[in-house]
Amino acid sequence: MMKTLRALLVLMLALLPLLPAASAAEERAVGGSEMRRDATGGAQTLEDILARQRGERIDDAFRRDATGDPDSAAAVAAQLGTLGGVSDAEIFRALRYGSADVTVSAQGPAAGVVIQDAGMRWLEFRRGPLRVYGGYLLLGMVAVLALYMLLRGRIRIDGKRTGETILRFTAIERFGHWLLAGSFILLGVTGLITLFGRAALIPIIGKESFAALAYASKWVHNNAAWAFMLALVMVFVFWVIHNVPNRTDLTWLAKGGGLFSRHSHPPARKFNAGQKIIFWVVILLGVSISLSGLSLLFPFELPMFAATFEALNALGLPQAVGLGELRTTLAPHEEMQFAQLWHTIIAFVFMAIIIAHIYLGSVGMEGAYDAMGSGEVEKQWAKEHHSIWYEEVTGEKPAATGGSAPSPAE
Amino acid sequence: MKAMLVAFLAIAVISVGADIALDYVGFSTQEITSGPSVRHG
Repeated sequence: MMKTLRALLVLMLALLPLLPAASAAEERAVGGSEMRRDATGGAQTLEDILARQRGERIDDAFRRDATGDPDSAAAVAAQLGTLGGVSDAEIFRALRYGSADVTVSAQGPAAGVVIQDAGMRWLEFRRGPLRVYGGYLLLGMVAVLALYMLLRGRIRIDGKRTGETILRFTAIERFGHWLLAGSFILLGVTGLITLFGRAALIPIIGKESFAALAYASKWVHNNAAWAFMLALVMVFVFWVIHNVPNRTDLTWLAKGGGLFSRHSHPPARKFNAGQKIIFWVVILLGVSISLSGLSLLFPFELPMFAATFEALNALGLPQAVGLGELRTTLAPHEEMQFAQLWHTIIAFVFMAIIIAHIYLGSVGMEGAYDAMGSGEVEKQWAKEHHSIWYEEVTGEKPAATGGSAPSPAE
Repeated sequence: MKAMLVAFLAIAVISVGADIALDYVGFSTQEITSGPSVRHG
């Protein structure tokens, strides 16, 4: 008997903390059902507030459209007649939801937008997930490459060096590459200063110094962008013909490009499948980042996202992934905010991929840098890494000219 | 190596040129977004 009582007591004590929560839930349910719109005179209800706190979307038409009624205004001499049928709260609602008739001296589509509440969501995303996940992506790529270098080591030229070189890239090709590479690095560094400066640099160098650095970064970022866009066109024209996928690429990919096994050199033309992937990534991401960049360079002049969202809605893509229809009426500032976020997301992916490209083109592979340095590569390197291209250029069969034994993977 | 240095020089020239050219043709944000009734500075 005592045992049963003790067990009951323990059970009651264990359930005690749950009681306030249960009663609060009950209150919420009761409150929610009782709080009808007419009970609040058309204002928001407790259920609206709770729904917003839960992160749910509410139908805000009751506020959005409650912007006064000048037609039923009291006479000017009557009480509150001078308000013209629109209260202060209603004026602010009209300003917030963009339906107010605003006249300003400044020009441009953005000048008439006085309140723009999507800015807070943009700011929170920019200083939260964008920085955190973007930073992790870059650090993650560096870590992966460090691990790769530890496990695989530097990819050496397997065969005996011949001491002879062949021309791999002409001066104008190298110029285009370095125009793209140099501007990319400038844009990357100044972009990171702009995104992380407030959080990471001000505590170190102070506000005065950061102000000068941020100003210089912005100037460099805005103007070096033109060199990047020009170089993007140049490399596309130079190399697109060599980057059309073909069957050799499948063999190269099936063998992992010899990146994960020593002495393996799958045949390749001027560009192997890995380089082709880099090429197309650079072109596609480069075009995308240039478009969003142009939208940012000429504020409010080249809005792109409403039209993009409309096209995506028509294709049914957002609906397919559960996002529903994307909004196609965007405030001018929202266009800029979407452009900035997209620009930065693409930039992070772009930088992560280019870090890997820089690694393989420099310390990661012996003889690779020469292709873009002097333009001349060691014949043995060419035989091993681009055997078909070597044969096309020299007319010699790579195996017949000695040095490179057929790799185990071939 | 020479191609690389020339390219880096070209980046500097293009950057300064773009800044001057956009200013010259009246594409500064200040000019685009202000009117005669707006006081600057």
